[in-house]
Amino acid sequence: MKSEQDMTGHMDKNKITGRIWLCFLIAVIAIGVFFYLRQLSMGLSITGMNQNITWGLYISQFTFLVGIAASAVMLILPYYLHNYKVFGRITLLGEFLAVSAVIMSVTFVLVDLGQPGRAFNMILHPSPKSILFWDMVVLSGYLLINLVIGWVVIESERQGVASPAWVKPLIYLSIPWAISIHTVTAFIYAGLPGRTFWLTAVMAPRFLASAFASGPALLVLLCLILRRFTSFDAGKEPLQTLAKIIAYALATSIFFVLVEIFTAFYSGIPSHKEHFQYLFTGLEGHTTLVPWMWASTVLAFAALILLIIPAARKNEKWLTAACIAVFISLWIEKGLGLVIPGFIPSPIGRIGTYIPTGPEIAITLGVWAAGFLVLTLFYRLFVSVRAQSSSAVQRTE
Amino acid sequence: MVDINRRLLLKAAGISAFGTIFPSVGYLISAHAQEVISKNTAPSAKRWAMLMDISKCPAGCRDCIDACHGIHNVPLINEPGQEIRWIQKVPFSNAFPSQENPYSDISLKKREPVIMCNHCSNPPCVRVCPTQATFKRKDGIVMMDYHRCIGCRFCIAACPYGARSMNFRNPRPYIGSINPDFPTRTKGVVEKCNFCEERLAVGLPPACVAACRHKALIFGDLLAGESEIRTILRNNNAFRRRPELGTEPHVFYTG
Repeated sequence: MKSEQDMTGHMDKNKITGRIWLCFLIAVIAIGVFFYLRQLSMGLSITGMNQNITWGLYISQFTFLVGIAASAVMLILPYYLHNYKVFGRITLLGEFLAVSAVIMSVTFVLVDLGQPGRAFNMILHPSPKSILFWDMVVLSGYLLINLVIGWVVIESERQGVASPAWVKPLIYLSIPWAISIHTVTAFIYAGLPGRTFWLTAVMAPRFLASAFASGPALLVLLCLILRRFTSFDAGKEPLQTLAKIIAYALATSIFFVLVEIFTAFYSGIPSHKEHFQYLFTGLEGHTTLVPWMWASTVLAFAALILLIIPAARKNEKWLTAACIAVFISLWIEKGLGLVIPGFIPSPIGRIGTYIPTGPEIAITLGVWAAGFLVLTLFYRLFVSVRAQSSSAVQRTE
Repeated sequence: MVDINRRLLLKAAGISAFGTIFPSVGYLISAHAQEVISKNTAPSAKRWAMLMDISKCPAGCRDCIDACHGIHNVPLINEPGQEIRWIQKVPFSNAFPSQENPYSDISLKKREPVIMCNHCSNPPCVRVCPTQATFKRKDGIVMMDYHRCIGCRFCIAACPYGARSMNFRNPRPYIGSINPDFPTRTKGVVEKCNFCEERLAVGLPPACVAACRHKALIFGDLLAGESEIRTILRNNNAFRRRPELGTEPHVFYTG
């Protein structure tokens, strides 16, 4: 038993850490805003994008983060469809993570626009044939659904009453909707003629598999952070279940990539092989992404081994390492490793190079910081409501 | 055959009736263009197309490129990867990657076909554009509305021909002498070849065709049975870039 003094000392230290964290996020956002204002006046020329590689870091982050958003379904589905009770403690964390991730995704699309002032043209002149139009529809819908669910559930918890009945169908709707956001995002890539790297029916399943690994990995890390710095402890069991989900999803994701590699190399069609050669060995001396892709590969396999071996998975230090490895590995694979090789070689055989610039990286970090600020505020609310309701439970007991 | 002709006639009648009521609908680029279009006396085509005889195109000649880029205020940015191009010459194997073979005549490999927007019948750029900033006219010309474009570059990802360029920066400082008869662009929008629709509107051939001293570029209406381009296509084996993609490109090559 810790003495009361220790407890308050502990609390104060966490309060200070929390303040430093918020100040840090705000500083990173401010730097991002500064460079975004420069981008507004100078155009996208301040980025590393060029006529050969016209999508870069921004769209990579968008693609990866839609997956993080979709992964909330890995909590909702077992809890609401299979009545898996232990996830009840953390489904709200998944929903709030989804909300923050969607906000980041949409922001990345906005900062990527050459004429952001005209963004409303997507609504004023909608084009139902464009997958980007449907992505806007499903992403904004998903944001709204999760905001409403999160808000209603936490408000009911705060008041110590059961959630209203009408929120249940909304939660069920969020399950296929989560699948739809990542499927539609995959279709942005998968439906383009002449971009052979993306022109594959396995693109959407690949997106979902990697999302169901990277999202829960981030959630495990967030739960461990919450345990370390707040009064909320998710407990061992939900984290272990998440770890198993990550293991299966990661194995599926690796399998899908290997399937793609088989098709490309066994068929021997140059236009299918070249993209993978660019990624893993370099093409005509262009090797920008090679070290990144090998890092991603090594991390993925290392994480898979750690997550498969029960002793390693049950050790929270190894579990943390595995989750960090999964997150970084898939951030590379589903980010730059997916977007850039689609443009290389270009339709007229040019092998361009893309290296993000400093301002581009600063803007990217700014958007991430904004997402984490939203997430921090949501999780603070969550922790305080949980602390309240658990003390209420103690009082009634 | 009769049926097709009758349908075309009806269509043509419909289009011209529509054209009489709204002479400038959709094609407004500037007040000036509107003025030109309203004076339009040029016969309207049913399906514009370009044909290039690669064998007639001498190495090193840039007449068509200079003419096009000159009148359309295409900026000259000399940094690798930043160039804006409406029309360009590339090595044969870059234009036709799957047509290459190791035993072909060395003169073929040395050739540099002129490539531009193919004004596809089934254009992927139009399909993916989320704001309809790029659209296809009834006469086959794929247009860009520079005031509608949000700069998402989805059309560039979708185009299998590398025919589109993004204005990553303000293009105006890079224009040698501005042609006041054609609009300049702003930063953050995509641009490309427009088959000189502003010249067609006043009965002139595209600038590249007019500038070519070697008669390597032929332009005309595919649906006018006796047009030059139709006659050449009838009597020669012509090929197109990446026809297997189903986009139906309307720039043809011979030679």
